[in-house]
Amino acid sequence: MIRVLYFASLRERLGSDGEAVTDQPASVAGLREMLAARGGDWQQAFSGDQRVLAAVNQEMADDSTVLKDGDEVGFFPPVTGG
Amino acid sequence: MNKVVRVQAGELDALAEVAAVSAGDTRVGGVVSFIGLMRDLNQGDDIASMTLEHYPAMTEKALGRIVDEALERWELLGIRLVHRVGEVRPPDPIVVVAVAAAHRGEAFRACEFIIDYLKTRAPFWKRELKADGSQRWVDARGSDDEAAASWDD
Repeated sequence: MIRVLYFASLRERLGSDGEAVTDQPASVAGLREMLAARGGDWQQAFSGDQRVLAAVNQEMADDSTVLKDGDEVGFFPPVTGG
Repeated sequence: MNKVVRVQAGELDALAEVAAVSAGDTRVGGVVSFIGLMRDLNQGDDIASMTLEHYPAMTEKALGRIVDEALERWELLGIRLVHRVGEVRPPDPIVVVAVAAAHRGEAFRACEFIIDYLKTRAPFWKRELKADGSQRWVDARGSDDEAAASWDD
């Protein structure tokens, strides 16, 4: 199981702050594909041209980052702190 | 090593943080600070307030990593990095970066490095409440990516 979290404008667009994904994707790219396959806003967010960043276990990650059972994946728009 | 990294919801006393970075350390020859303030104008619109959201489990980890990288690059005696979350109003401080070193050069460079990296690597997002009552998420700026990338050379 992977714990997935959505933040900021992405959370609002998807209407969800997170969920447990039970189908184990092999990597961040696999998880993106799985979420994009839901269509609509999900497809736009995860396979469109907007940048959605990913962190795995609270560390910045990229599409090739491998996922294992129990991981936490955060998806979010480019950051705007400071 | 006087190192403090903190995220806080309440009011931020920027000058107290700057004073604390060198307090009592007579080896310190210079302190450089950056204090980011909330403006009442953005992209031509009057802004009433802003709400800063973050990814709590990740934020302090990300900030700690940035500070550790500064410590690897420069000889420093103190760092304080404090960032607000929640609702802020003009002209509240949003972030304080204070760096103490024996000499000014390292303190100047480390301070700029920390704020440049924070702008692109720390999981904070700003949502503005405009004076007309509408809200919008602040977009990331390409110039921030360029500033952070300039340290990679």
